[in-house]
Amino acid sequence: MRGAYLSGKDAVLEVSDLSTEFHTPDGVVHAVNGVSFALRSGEFLAVVGESGSGKSVTMMSMLKLIPMPPGKIVAGKVMFDHQDLLELETSQLRKVRGGEIGFIFQDPMTSLNPVLTIGRQITESLELHTDLSGDAVNDRAEELLTMVGLPDARARLKSYPHELSGGMRQRVMIAIALACSPKVIVADEPTTALDVTIQAQIIEIMKELRERLDTAVIWITHDLGVVAGLADRVIVMYGGKIVEEARVGDLYANPQHPYTRGLLGSIPRLDQKGQELSAIEGSPASIRAIPTSCSFAPRCDYAHDRCHTEVPVLREVGAEHMAACWWDIDGERPRL
Amino acid sequence: MTTEVSETADQKPKASSSSDQAEVLVSVKNLTKHFPIRKGVFRREVGAVKAVEGVSFDIHKGETLGLVGESGSGKSTTGRVLLQLDHATAGSATFEGQELTTMSERELRKLRPRMQMIFQDPHSSLNPRMTVSSIVGEPLKEHADLDAAGRQKRVEELLTLVGLQPAHANRYPHEFSGGQRQRIGVARAIAMNPDFVVCDEPIAALDVSIQAQVVNLLEKLQEELDLTYLFISHDLSMVRHIADRVAVMYLGHFVELAAVDELYDNPLHPYTQALNSAVPVPDPVIEATRKRIILEGDIPSPANPPSGCPFNTRCPQVEDRCREVNPEWREVTEGHWVACHVVEPKTQ
Ligand SMILES: Nc1ncnc2c1ncn2[C@@H]1O[C@H](COP(=O)(O)OP(=O)(O)O)[C@@H](O)[C@H]1O
Ligand SMILES: Nc1ncnc2c1ncn2[C@@H]1O[C@H](COP(=O)(O)OP(=O)(O)O)[C@@H](O)[C@H]1O
Ligand SMILES: [Mg+2]
Ligand SMILES: [Mg+2]
Repeated sequence: MRGAYLSGKDAVLEVSDLSTEFHTPDGVVHAVNGVSFALRSGEFLAVVGESGSGKSVTMMSMLKLIPMPPGKIVAGKVMFDHQDLLELETSQLRKVRGGEIGFIFQDPMTSLNPVLTIGRQITESLELHTDLSGDAVNDRAEELLTMVGLPDARARLKSYPHELSGGMRQRVMIAIALACSPKVIVADEPTTALDVTIQAQIIEIMKELRERLDTAVIWITHDLGVVAGLADRVIVMYGGKIVEEARVGDLYANPQHPYTRGLLGSIPRLDQKGQELSAIEGSPASIRAIPTSCSFAPRCDYAHDRCHTEVPVLREVGAEHMAACWWDIDGERPRL
Repeated sequence: MTTEVSETADQKPKASSSSDQAEVLVSVKNLTKHFPIRKGVFRREVGAVKAVEGVSFDIHKGETLGLVGESGSGKSTTGRVLLQLDHATAGSATFEGQELTTMSERELRKLRPRMQMIFQDPHSSLNPRMTVSSIVGEPLKEHADLDAAGRQKRVEELLTLVGLQPAHANRYPHEFSGGQRQRIGVARAIAMNPDFVVCDEPIAALDVSIQAQVVNLLEKLQEELDLTYLFISHDLSMVRHIADRVAVMYLGHFVELAAVDELYDNPLHPYTQALNSAVPVPDPVIEATRKRIILEGDIPSPANPPSGCPFNTRCPQVEDRCREVNPEWREVTEGHWVACHVVEPKTQ
């Protein structure tokens, strides 16, 4: 059962039992398998996990942004503003997308329109989602670009996406996501394609914006370094499921799922120079059937009989700390 | 801590103390590579991408030299020119004292087995229509005096060495995961017992948990086969783990080179300092209080680099002379090289 600490008024977005499949010529891919989580207003929630673990599909499913077909949301509820987003008409959903919930993707080139100026793309969104009109729209657009640290904002409004560097395009994406003062921003690997000094610029902007705006952020990444400095809470996904969820400090200091431990162990540390890295053996398999066992068991050092026959449930293992594992890693014994 | 250090010192010659004694395997002087930019129907040359601009360094036998820098800084080109996969525009590169840049194709062919490359993307660097056995066995066909049975045996040996099952030799690349495909690439690279391997972003396309597997494999092979690596990566933490010495590239130039701990603990070049501080540390306690140097702006285009020091447009410590004169590449303390006007010569 989910902890009671998150339910009720505190949550701005609440996902329960979300499951999404893809029906491909090669068979069914069970991309998301019963994912539940809540996002508190104003909090910074990181979602980590290896590629294919279901991070993007989870977030896209919330706003029905997956291609359907082949995709199919087979179960779940996404409560936002007292309504279930999965029940909304397309026209109503369109208002939420880019309005109250903003999206930032890894590659801004695919989400920016190449034939429209930056300014037009921001004002379009403002006209669609706010009451602003006339000069107020242009002023707001300039203000947004200044806010994300784009030098020469007024002149930049006239630029086309291809005239900007990758880092500048990502700033524009953030500006567009912020345009309508959303309650939630979902950022899917927004710095993965950027060089490290440019990534540092973007992270710095996100930190500043957090202080100034009251927007909750879901930040998807595979980089545990980026998460450490940004997030309040972290969700770890594996095989289309949440395997661990904790406050950021607890996750790094006291990881409870063997997969989380493995991920942290794979990162080189200073005090381990000259030693072998503690790699996780094997590689993740894509989920071809509804899981009837722990998906991580084939790679897990702690796997025992039960792990191969029963799906572990996500449950409380500490204060605001949940894990889905049949092994009690601190007690060094199976969980009951 | 102390035992750890002496253990590694036994395994590999530590570069910091060995710049005099260590045997030089590869030596590079003023190596330059420009790619012409052509325009119009007559493909007239209208400019050049200055991918590598006069770099000089040595690689010692048995060491791992890390090469870091942001994308477009010229890391891959440096590696490719070293292996003569691209021709140098100017400068010299030697392998065991033999000049490579002027070598005939015939002489080069004899040397090729000893210098190999591992690529970033195991997907595109392996022929999808060839079985693993023929991919790994291909260099053996061309260079080794082995019959079909001998090659088969060697392929199985190699697959075992890189942690793949010999029984899978007849499968195709797409039947393997990303990490396994990279192991195939490694097997092919070591097939001819090379001395020197350029690893060009060998883990960049892999998931975190798989990166560690491949790095462990590369370290194991280095020890078992006495390999010398040029390890190209933009991942500063992994380079810190694997390298003995590290060079930092910016816009075609080497801006700093030093023994690994010296470079990370005592970076002298403002770019190295910024790069180092931009890397997020996977520890919330450290991150909460860490101060970052945030560089302004983007990397200039190598087709149109700034005059003077290549870093002057973003450098927080820029002075007038930095915009006019390119700083000299000099050794400020033993084994610690830097190209920066602002760095004082240290007295030691
Ligand atoms: N359009 C699609 N068609 C078929 N399978 C898909 C599609 N999109 C995603 N998937 C599959 O869903 C699973 C989860 O993918 P994704 O959520 O993108 O992973 P992540 O974002 O964690 O890397 C993967 O196995 C992926 O191959
Ligand atoms: N074959 C080529 N033709 C033209 N330009 C090239 C070629 N190869 C690389 N370049 C350019 O040279 C510069 C350095 O590239 P590269 O060595 O690949 O950098 P890195 O590996 O550090 O990312 C880049 O600007 C790149 O676009
Ligand atoms: Mg994704
Ligand atoms: Mg490269």
